[in-house]
Amino acid sequence: MFRNQYDTDVTTWSPAGRLFQVEYAMEAVKQGSAAIGLRSKTHIVLGCVNKANSELSSHQKKIFKVDDHIGVAIAGLTADGRVLSRYMRNECINYSFTYESPLPVGRLVVQLADKAQVCTQRSWKRPYGVGLLVAGLDESGAHLYYNCPSGNYFEYQAFAIGSRSQAAKTYLERRFENFSDSSRDDLVKDALMAIRETLQGETLKSSICTVAVVGVGEPFHILEQETVQQMIDAFEIVGEQEGPAAEPDAAAAAGQEAAAADQGGSTEEGVAPMDI
Amino acid sequence: MDFMASKQPENSLLGPEADSQRTLYPYVTGTSVVALKYKDGILMAADMGGSYGSTLRYKNVERMKAIGKHSLLGASGEISDFQEILRYLDDLILYDNMWDDGNSLGPKEVHNYLTRVMYNRRNKFNPLWNSLVLGGIKNGQKYLGTVSMIGVNFEDDHVATGFGNHLARPILRQEWHENLSFEDGVKLLEKCMRVLLYRDRSAINKLQIAKITEEGMTISQPYSLKTYWEFSAFENPTQGAVGSW
Repeated sequence: MFRNQYDTDVTTWSPAGRLFQVEYAMEAVKQGSAAIGLRSKTHIVLGCVNKANSELSSHQKKIFKVDDHIGVAIAGLTADGRVLSRYMRNECINYSFTYESPLPVGRLVVQLADKAQVCTQRSWKRPYGVGLLVAGLDESGAHLYYNCPSGNYFEYQAFAIGSRSQAAKTYLERRFENFSDSSRDDLVKDALMAIRETLQGETLKSSICTVAVVGVGEPFHILEQETVQQMIDAFEIVGEQEGPAAEPDAAAAAGQEAAAADQGGSTEEGVAPMDI
Repeated sequence: MDFMASKQPENSLLGPEADSQRTLYPYVTGTSVVALKYKDGILMAADMGGSYGSTLRYKNVERMKAIGKHSLLGASGEISDFQEILRYLDDLILYDNMWDDGNSLGPKEVHNYLTRVMYNRRNKFNPLWNSLVLGGIKNGQKYLGTVSMIGVNFEDDHVATGFGNHLARPILRQEWHENLSFEDGVKLLEKCMRVLLYRDRSAINKLQIAKITEEGMTISQPYSLKTYWEFSAFENPTQGAVGSW
């Protein structure tokens, strides 16, 4: 995208009906390191790439537990993500206190989206520069949502955000039809493989990624580093293109089409906004 | 004689001037509510009386109401406060329905919401002068709980308010069991209500029984219990009485 005279204020429309500041906020999400999420009928797995700035520093926390039944993975401005996680934790805890019942994910996600929308319609605010993958368990089953800086939210079977997420999305698109009935462990394996796709050949090790699970009878928790490393070793997916235990592709043709299209971090001006 | 009067902030509910703004005593009251879990859900019974002190003033008061799709609320105590609670719950259910997302507040959630309301009012020295019974069933899970005017809440297989605690609960402890049929449940409730009718001065012989199941809530038409007053102990009741003056 190039600078233009309509992109200074979030409260200025462009003649084409676009809010450039909001779109720039979405760009911030695309610059952040990758986060992925996928779900079956009973479990949701969140994963993210944790790249430290230098060997001397620790890496940023990008997956947050919001409640026993809800967790979130973020990509973009992690500071904004932390603030929103605190808001979500607060909402969950208040609901739990009043109703002795877990807050339905669908409602939390709408509240989050409405909060983000406010920032797109006030001249003294700026949009949140973070995309959130919200994983949660409801009465109605397992859910995975994606919350945009624009204030939109979408429900997904599987999704990836952040830099080089298109590679992960391609992988997920090939496999998503099987996810509904996947076992918990297969789901984690698929998450790790999707993360590996975003590393573009770099070795997958548990020190550069984080995985979290929530499911029926399993409160949200982040997996221990050793556990993740064991799973990586067990599935022998380090540095391999397609592991020997991989399931047959359900829709290889669709996967190829998606790979040929948009490379993620689109630089086309004519592209319609809000497309992920 | 010099004394320092304690100065209250303007909006406080303590001190003599504020007495007109908070509940000190109830005026029109309902008496016991009795409820139990049975095979398909919850059964609840309450009479239709609204007493004005010792006068049995109002005889057509419905003290049980459906809340949303899954719950049933019965109340004893101040009738106007019960109506206020119904208004709060109306708003609550309305906002819940407006989400239109397949989630709904079940009896457990409503019960806890009421507990918060009652306890918070009690903390402000301005209670809602009621004892509430909240029962319901959602996704096969039966729920029955009670909240008092000071915010004491708990769940059980059978609950009662007021005199019902003293007269009905002992009967229920003896005779309640899991998976009562509808007919047995009604018989058991009627047994309790009959005892209350004999012994509670504020009870009237016009009651309703409400049931809530997965299908919904139904409430019976008002009816009366058969009573028997020819027990020999009731004849010449003062015969053996020791005078007090």
